[in-house]
Amino acid sequence: MTLWFHNARLIDPETGTERTGSLTVEAGQISAIDAPCPDGARRIDCAGKCLAPGIVDMGVQIGEPGAQHRESLRSAGLAAARGGVTTMILRPDTDPAIDTPEVLEYVTRRAEARTPVNIRCMAALTRGRAGREMAEIGFLLDAGAVAFTDGDRVVSDTKVLSRCMTYARGLGALIIGHPQDAGLSAGACASSGKFASLRGLPAVSPMAERMGFDRDMGLVEMTGVRYHADQITSARSLPALERAKRNGLDVTAGISIHHLTLNEFDVGDYRTFFKFTPPLRCEDDRRAMVQAVADGLIDVICSMHTPHDEESKRLPFEEAAAGAVGLETLLPAAMRLHHSDGLPLPLIWRALSFNPAQRLGLPSGRLTAGSPADLLLFDPDAPFVLDRFALLSKSKNTPFDGARMQGRVLATYVGGQAVYEREVSDA
Amino acid sequence: MAFSQTHLLGIEPLHPTEITAILDLAENYVALNRSAEKHGRALEGMTQINMFFENSTRTQASFELAGKRLGADVMNMSMAHSSVKKGETLIDTALTLNAMHPDLLVVRHGSSGAVNLLAEKVNCAVLNAGDGKHEHPTQALLDALTIRRKKGRLHRLSIAICGDIAHSRVARSNLILLGKMENRVRLVGPPTLMPKGVEEFGVEVFDDMRAGLAGADVVMMLRLQRERMDGGFVPSEREYFHRYGLDAEKLAHAKEDAIVMHPGPMNRGVEIDGAIADDINRSVIQEQVEMGVAVRMACMDLLARNLRARRERERLREAAHG
Repeated sequence: MTLWFHNARLIDPETGTERTGSLTVEAGQISAIDAPCPDGARRIDCAGKCLAPGIVDMGVQIGEPGAQHRESLRSAGLAAARGGVTTMILRPDTDPAIDTPEVLEYVTRRAEARTPVNIRCMAALTRGRAGREMAEIGFLLDAGAVAFTDGDRVVSDTKVLSRCMTYARGLGALIIGHPQDAGLSAGACASSGKFASLRGLPAVSPMAERMGFDRDMGLVEMTGVRYHADQITSARSLPALERAKRNGLDVTAGISIHHLTLNEFDVGDYRTFFKFTPPLRCEDDRRAMVQAVADGLIDVICSMHTPHDEESKRLPFEEAAAGAVGLETLLPAAMRLHHSDGLPLPLIWRALSFNPAQRLGLPSGRLTAGSPADLLLFDPDAPFVLDRFALLSKSKNTPFDGARMQGRVLATYVGGQAVYEREVSDA
Repeated sequence: MAFSQTHLLGIEPLHPTEITAILDLAENYVALNRSAEKHGRALEGMTQINMFFENSTRTQASFELAGKRLGADVMNMSMAHSSVKKGETLIDTALTLNAMHPDLLVVRHGSSGAVNLLAEKVNCAVLNAGDGKHEHPTQALLDALTIRRKKGRLHRLSIAICGDIAHSRVARSNLILLGKMENRVRLVGPPTLMPKGVEEFGVEVFDDMRAGLAGADVVMMLRLQRERMDGGFVPSEREYFHRYGLDAEKLAHAKEDAIVMHPGPMNRGVEIDGAIADDINRSVIQEQVEMGVAVRMACMDLLARNLRARRERERLREAAHG
């Protein structure tokens, strides 16, 4: 089917520009920009709203296999379509972990039948994410794994990690680390400081993140592997990241949208929906992270979608599960970076779409002829109050419940097919 | 209304006038407790449940006695051995108890914030009897009452809190309360037992005990858990006693009429020298226990009044709409 979007505010993350124009989609690909409407095409009047490459969400947890009651491939797919996420990069922290080609194929095959958006899998770096024996990195690459990670479990044995990195280097595989000093952060559920002390919560200094990152950088320099830090959340880690990049290491870094838009005070009276790994930081850290995204030092913004049932959250803060759902709130939360922190839209889309696609070697994330027509039409200003029970995710653990937000997805297209359309006028 | 709280979850939400209201009422109960006829009627007809998820003898006994002296039906539940161990969640336990229509729920729990969580789910008055490393409000109130009676005031005093500040809910509640009442608070202890960011609370921090005690009106000692003494946070018991144990020599740096307090139970020879603990001219430790019952009576009385008033308002509203 041929589509012609006109009167669109085109957000091009690759060139960092935005302008009004039209875009043509043919045979699942973007075929032209600012070309006249082809005969027989469906004409979509964007009414001046934003048309951007769909979000490539690097780090989505799904309960399949192991915890379908929390999130299934189907529910996550619907949530992603409504949230403007056209490619979900699944985390391997399932049960069992995605640590063999068989599990990976199982997930990929089930996803194809159930999920309207693209799915790619990350695979576990070590068997069972236990940090002891290397997973079958070669077979997993052949089966389609885009990166290797043990999720938020740190491989604390440096010998194991260095061998994994050396082996992965030979295959050109990307390793995703969770920078954290496991010993220092053991048992902690808050960032140390006045707030954690007042609340009496076991806390860890953000320095533990820097120490973990420094260790990983040593190993990256030693092995030459391609490395991505899943979440850099503290200002103290930034000089180390900047230095690593300047020294020519093949290193990128991401951050969750929650660490960019919330701070430790949001925990308030022990609100467990605000419990994250790593824990929320102070406002100075949050602002430093926003600046790091603006400077391009931090490459990727993701949702770190982590579904939890109500029981795992209705516990005392220390015992409650960490993480929040984010597929449907990633875009409106990212709009806070635009409206409150002043980041331009193309820059935000670079971190949401272009950079993750490039890092993982995917063709999407671009607004140029020949790229896949994974597109997102959204209104950056539309205000609403979020009701967590209106989310399509099976789990409703969002920190934004009741929050006033701006930014609504109007339509999502994957490979030129509409997978979500809310208010789109054909004309 | 001098006291407008629904629950007593911590000192943090209290206004200074509310603290004064509790202490003033507690004075009446001190007199009552010293009389022959130790009976009040403030909680008559009410049910008080003591839920202790952590073992406690002293605090539980104090709350039990306070409730009984005011005429409440008191039930003790030692949760450390019950269905919680069988996997029931805190909230389910709370809802089960709530269905039995208690009026006052006294809760101690090992996790910070657990009592706040529970208070959201029940429709009676909840009293925090200690949650994790967060707060222990009645302890701070009984300490305040003791200080006020001994020093004649509860403001512009120099108060040194010494020992394991980091793991102590007593220290947190006390430093918040004493700060609210405009006292000069000093925290004394090794850096490993000092919480991060504590300087921002408006207190002075000392790791030298003699400097910390200099000129203090009140010396408040904290208990050091034995499991924290073996090389984890401090090298050894004897080194701790040498540097931070309260003995006559260190106490000499405080004011001549300084009083010595301890929330109990004491480790004699670890954080406090036995001779000082027993010195009736300096130590007010026994008086603290006595004030504990009176303060808990006052807290439950005030919360019960608010509970009755709230229920009456609800009844009238229902009658008006029904």
